[in-house]
Amino acid sequence: MACMPETPEHSISREEVAHLADLARIDLSDAELDHLAPQLSVILESIASIQEAAGADVPPTSHALPLTNVYRDDVVRPGLTAEEALSGAPEVERQRFKVPRILGDEQ
Amino acid sequence: MSAERRTAAELAAALAAGETTSVEITQAHLDRIAEVDGAVHAFLHVDAEGALRDAAASDRRRADDSPLGVLDGVPIAVKDVLATRGLPTTCGSRILEGWVPPYDATVVARLRAAGLPILGKTNMDEFAMGSSTEHSAFGPTHNPWDLTRIPGGSGGGSAAAVAAYETPLAVGTDTGGSIRQPGAVTGTVGVKPTYGGVSRYGLVALANSLDQAGPVTRTVLDAALLHEVVGGHDPLDSTSIEQALPSLVDAARQGADGDLAGVRIGVVKELGGEGYQAGVLARFEESVELMTKAGAEVVEVSCPSFVHALATYYLILPAEASSNLARFDAMRYGLRVTPQPADGSAPSAEDVMRVTREAGFGDEVKRRIILGTYALSSGYYDAYYGQAQKVRTLVVRDFGAAFERADVLVSPTAPTTAFRIGEKVDDPLAMYLNDLATIPANLSGVPGISVPSGLADEDGLPVGVQILAPALADDRVYRVGAALESLLAQQWGGRLLDQAPELTGAGA
Repeated sequence: MACMPETPEHSISREEVAHLADLARIDLSDAELDHLAPQLSVILESIASIQEAAGADVPPTSHALPLTNVYRDDVVRPGLTAEEALSGAPEVERQRFKVPRILGDEQ
Repeated sequence: MSAERRTAAELAAALAAGETTSVEITQAHLDRIAEVDGAVHAFLHVDAEGALRDAAASDRRRADDSPLGVLDGVPIAVKDVLATRGLPTTCGSRILEGWVPPYDATVVARLRAAGLPILGKTNMDEFAMGSSTEHSAFGPTHNPWDLTRIPGGSGGGSAAAVAAYETPLAVGTDTGGSIRQPGAVTGTVGVKPTYGGVSRYGLVALANSLDQAGPVTRTVLDAALLHEVVGGHDPLDSTSIEQALPSLVDAARQGADGDLAGVRIGVVKELGGEGYQAGVLARFEESVELMTKAGAEVVEVSCPSFVHALATYYLILPAEASSNLARFDAMRYGLRVTPQPADGSAPSAEDVMRVTREAGFGDEVKRRIILGTYALSSGYYDAYYGQAQKVRTLVVRDFGAAFERADVLVSPTAPTTAFRIGEKVDDPLAMYLNDLATIPANLSGVPGISVPSGLADEDGLPVGVQILAPALADDRVYRVGAALESLLAQQWGGRLLDQAPELTGAGA
């Protein structure tokens, strides 16, 4: 990631955590950043061992059991009503989800 | 014997014989919940009205001689990670507080279709992230064996509810051990079925490639009865296995005779020794000895890549979780916190999202989202996530080789007994070690059961033995699990849970 500064191997800086939180859309307080960065470094240190555990010739496994595409017949079947789909919405207007503005000032 | 002390199989038999009613049984469990759950806190939501209504309907079916199945009328509790139409589903998180799903998870739909009254929703670590249930936003669950200790996690609520006789049956979910480890530390039975054996439709995803729902019970037979109700192919889950379940109840009944002649049992060398409590190892060795005396052929097997399983899991799980939890965006359901910018401008959707996720997620969820975002970010992807997927292949291969030499594999379920509430809550690494022995099964998709194997000498707390079988051979974990359960019951003159302290009046 271009904006991620090089850091010592397997450690993660406070700035990196702030950047990752930004990517993950979570505001973190200064106290949380201070707390999380060293904890994440400890976790990364402990999981670094896997980097030597498998050679380049080992294929990756993404799923426990082999999967193929699963299709069904394209037929109409009952789904949620609009009222049901909207039942948990924080805000509703004219049978639609009402959301805050989606464009920022710079856009 | 009072209704709440009886097993689901016994209750089903009593219902079939017309000796009791579902309303009586359900009321007895609701009374027990009212009596002890103040102290145990296994439930996040109790639905007395709905459970009694469903119980009455079950009694009418029994009166008409048309029950929906063996367990019609036997009450159950459901982990709060499964969507229940009309009942709150929070996943132990503030971000879903008060959310009432407009649909049922397939597991829940099958429980209803089989006539099981749902007593309520059980407590869990937030979004199933944890091994102690302390990460629930609504307060921890307490272990019925010692209320100052954890009941395991993430499904500590389901295990504690069963151990405290608040329900004969519960449903849990197991992503890295969340059914089996709580089973071990509460002296109960927990089964993680083969991946794809039980539908994930309506199960709020933690890590899609690892999550699996399964039974939480007091006996192996009860687990098999419940597994047959909720398991089997579901077209709503594209990872659901398109073939019939093996006969699990038959396997459990067969195993109950305690004969293991001809069964090859592999002791996994890497799942024991250093890092395991002495009392845990002692009870494990005794169980292996009992199974040997019962005719099993015991061999030691080596699964060298298992030493990397924990690290692999803590890359794959946060990666999948950080993607899954992106859906909690404050737009369509769940919490929305709207910030008030100082300049008086209207906040954007992104501003709302950031503040909502800050307020709605707890510490462990934030830790894992950040870790997953890191593992998936370009420049680190190959070194972490890509590498973890390769090691996952090695774990799968190790299982393959081990199952050529043994029909089932055994190990302690968890490295320690229940620890004290608060002891590890802010030490993620110490917490993660609880799943050392259970994680390999999730990485490879194989089924596993935890069966109570006694009390540790040093603290008098329950210990569990884990039995693993090849994918799709869930019947083997029931057969061997039931055999070990019988052999131990003969030794103890009853069930391990009979030795648990009385909780009567604890919640008053």
